[in-house]
Amino acid sequence: MQGRELTGVKDRLGIGAIAGVAALALFVWGEFARAVEASAAPVLSVPSIAGPLALADVKALTERLASDDPAVHDQAFRIIIQTGDARFLVLLDEAVVDADRATRVAVKPVKDLLKNKLKLASETDDVRRSAAADLGTSRQLSAVPWLERAAANEPNRWVRYAMEESAALLQLTVGETVLKARAATILGELQSQNGLPALKEFVQQAASDPVSREANQPALRAAQGAIEQIELWSTWANVFETVFRGISLSSILLIMSVGLAIVFGLMGVINMAHGELMMVGAYATFVTQELFKAFLPPHLFDAYFLVALPVSFLVAGICGLILEATVIRFLYGRPLETMLATWGVSLVLIQSARVYFGDLTAVTAPAWLSGGAQVMVGVYLPYNRLFIIGLSVLCVTGIYVLLFRSNLGLRVRAVTQNRNMSACLGIPTRKVDAYTFAFGSGLAGLAGCALTLVGNVEPGLGQNYIVDSFMVVVTGGVGKLAGTIVAALGIGSLNKFLEPSFGAVYGKVFILVLVILFLQRRPSGLYALKGRQVD
Amino acid sequence: MIAEAADEKPRDGGEGLTFWFLGLVLLIILPALNVLPSDDSWLHVSDFTLNRFGKFLAFAILALGLDLIWGYTGILSLGHGVFFGIGAYCIGMHLMLTIGTESVYGNDLPDFMVWNQVKELPLFWKPFYSFWVAVLGAILVPVFCALIFGFLAFRSRIKGVYFAIITQAVALSAWLVFNRNETNLGGTNGLTDFKQILGFRLSESGTQRALYVITVLALGGAYFLCRWIIQSRAGKVLVAIRDSEQRVFFSGYSPATYKLFVFVVSAGLAGLAGMLYVPQVGIITPGQIGVLPSLEMVIWVAVGGRGTLIGAIIGAVGVNFGRSILTNYFPELWPFFLGGLFIAVVLIFPDGLVGLMRRLTIGSVRKTLGLEKPSAASEGAQP
Repeated sequence: MQGRELTGVKDRLGIGAIAGVAALALFVWGEFARAVEASAAPVLSVPSIAGPLALADVKALTERLASDDPAVHDQAFRIIIQTGDARFLVLLDEAVVDADRATRVAVKPVKDLLKNKLKLASETDDVRRSAAADLGTSRQLSAVPWLERAAANEPNRWVRYAMEESAALLQLTVGETVLKARAATILGELQSQNGLPALKEFVQQAASDPVSREANQPALRAAQGAIEQIELWSTWANVFETVFRGISLSSILLIMSVGLAIVFGLMGVINMAHGELMMVGAYATFVTQELFKAFLPPHLFDAYFLVALPVSFLVAGICGLILEATVIRFLYGRPLETMLATWGVSLVLIQSARVYFGDLTAVTAPAWLSGGAQVMVGVYLPYNRLFIIGLSVLCVTGIYVLLFRSNLGLRVRAVTQNRNMSACLGIPTRKVDAYTFAFGSGLAGLAGCALTLVGNVEPGLGQNYIVDSFMVVVTGGVGKLAGTIVAALGIGSLNKFLEPSFGAVYGKVFILVLVILFLQRRPSGLYALKGRQVD
Repeated sequence: MIAEAADEKPRDGGEGLTFWFLGLVLLIILPALNVLPSDDSWLHVSDFTLNRFGKFLAFAILALGLDLIWGYTGILSLGHGVFFGIGAYCIGMHLMLTIGTESVYGNDLPDFMVWNQVKELPLFWKPFYSFWVAVLGAILVPVFCALIFGFLAFRSRIKGVYFAIITQAVALSAWLVFNRNETNLGGTNGLTDFKQILGFRLSESGTQRALYVITVLALGGAYFLCRWIIQSRAGKVLVAIRDSEQRVFFSGYSPATYKLFVFVVSAGLAGLAGMLYVPQVGIITPGQIGVLPSLEMVIWVAVGGRGTLIGAIIGAVGVNFGRSILTNYFPELWPFFLGGLFIAVVLIFPDGLVGLMRRLTIGSVRKTLGLEKPSAASEGAQP
């Protein structure tokens, strides 16, 4: 006990001695630096601070930056950082054009720092934000006051967040020991994802270094608390994002399979070319975009997507109408043969697209759909995914109105329930079939249009999702909209939930097994039509 | 349907005749033409052609099984590529192991394992050191898989379009799984670079000729098996299930049992086909067992004429022959042709080539002879 106390005292004495020597050294160094500064001052004319700078002055500054003498360097550095403005940056660039390599290397970090400092006052949110993030990793303590000042006047919440985060990060990584505890606490309160690696590094360093452990004790505790806080938060943010991704995939599946399901319910036909009608919709979007590029002024370009939505619906719908009239019409009551024939159609469509459009084309998403919304720390929702979710909600609402609130829907439901009876009652069943098939195809086209927002346009586009959407139809059952919605949501979210732990491939296999097992209990899907069934 | 059932008998007689004729050509004349005439004689059948026919005939075995389940029982399976693939991978694994240190890396392990830094042979590879385990496995593993899947599917009365979709999903999943590297099945590149089988070099034409003869014999065996099945009482029940499952059910039969039986038999035949395919072609990749290959298999049967065993054989050989010619000369056109075939075979000639020939011959015979008896006409109808 006593021994430990003694060593403690010894330690303290030791630290005191070190601190004393350090203070002395600093003092001496300071004096020395001041002397050097005084001697060097005449080289740099004073107007550099008061008036506008000339190229020659900037050149002199850059040379001093490259100096081996730290004091000279520091002085030049301070002058540049304090007086630099946009014009200065240009001069700086000019000054280093014919400078030697050492100068350029020395100027580079200063220039970046200055650039970011100026960017903090930019008018664009994203620029301010990325500048703040850059400063956070710059290891330049002088950036802290700028960040704090900028944060105080910052109107945008997330930019302010980035500024505060960076300021705290800088204080933690290069700041004074006393301020580190506060910085760690702030990072923890901000749930800062960017701060996590720095916090961990700090904890590791502080714990392994016996000399500074004592002084770092409060900061260490604060950092450990912050790490726990951030990790808990990021777990929840992860869950939230997985749910979002699941819903986003589900809504794509939903737009695809809802048309498939209606047609299947009505005619007992699985349209294997459904994925290719989707591809047709995607290419319709692509062609619309190209037409806008070619014939309309650029400021109208972003509107192309709004035009592409109905265009892809109509083009795919017309394709569906043709397909119905030339192939499917002759195959009523032979669902298996229809599958084969429509598969043949899909092969022909894929190859046609490949021959005509080539292998890979991409659609540029309109500007108003790029970017995303940050809803909370660490959770970022891209606008294109949100748009797809919105579109699917709109589609389902539209289908609901059409099926349950319109005359055509009444007929469709009647034919779905009993074809012969409906025909006896005067419903033109063939016409109902044709229109419904065209409508289902149009929905596929719409799905294709939506898919261009998240992926490339390629001939094999439809194949990626088609088996999944078949599974949705099978699981959802025939004739009920709700079944399709629930099945799409279930399969889509399950896909995304299983992905992290199982991997995409085994997740899919697992879902297939689940579907087969599910069909053991409910052979005709989630919501089967009630009634006697005889085939 | 009833009319069709009535002329089942004479058609079988005709088929039998064709079968013996074809058997003679395939088993004796083709290999003889490969061996006897000198290389530049026009009668000479090159090693390449013989090998290609061996491949087609392996496909024909699979087509027989598919015909049994689709043509006779009315169940459309879009996942037969999986059973074919399992059979193929079983024998492929054996062949990989017999390469030994002849491989590129000179390691006892297959090359792709060295490449993937697998240090030790995975446990499930070990039994395949034995040739007979591989041969039995190639048939029994697909049978076992079909048993489990079929039991679950037929018990819950998944049928028609539902069954087709589920089997297609199985094909997709199997394709995905076989593509993975960590399943230790060679990933996307599959199994290849085989050297020998039972000590015979695979590169020698004698070995290939023997494999060809074995394939022909296996095809003959498969044909007799299928023929025996469809002519038995069970075969009648199968056709009845195709025509009206409900009625069969109400007559006191259990359709699920019969369906399971025929599904398992066809899976076994598919495995056999895969087993014969691999040593002749020398490679098996996941690309041959996915969704599209499985659908193509169905088209062989449809083109040949489903519901006739000889049709399945003709379809498998014919479509693949056409494919090898077309992909050689017009590679861009093949998908159009295949797609057109899918549509045409459903819309225009649903009875396939056999049905088409029968219709044509019956028409012409009737024209020349006045009204002939249909049974005699159909006997003469076979090529």
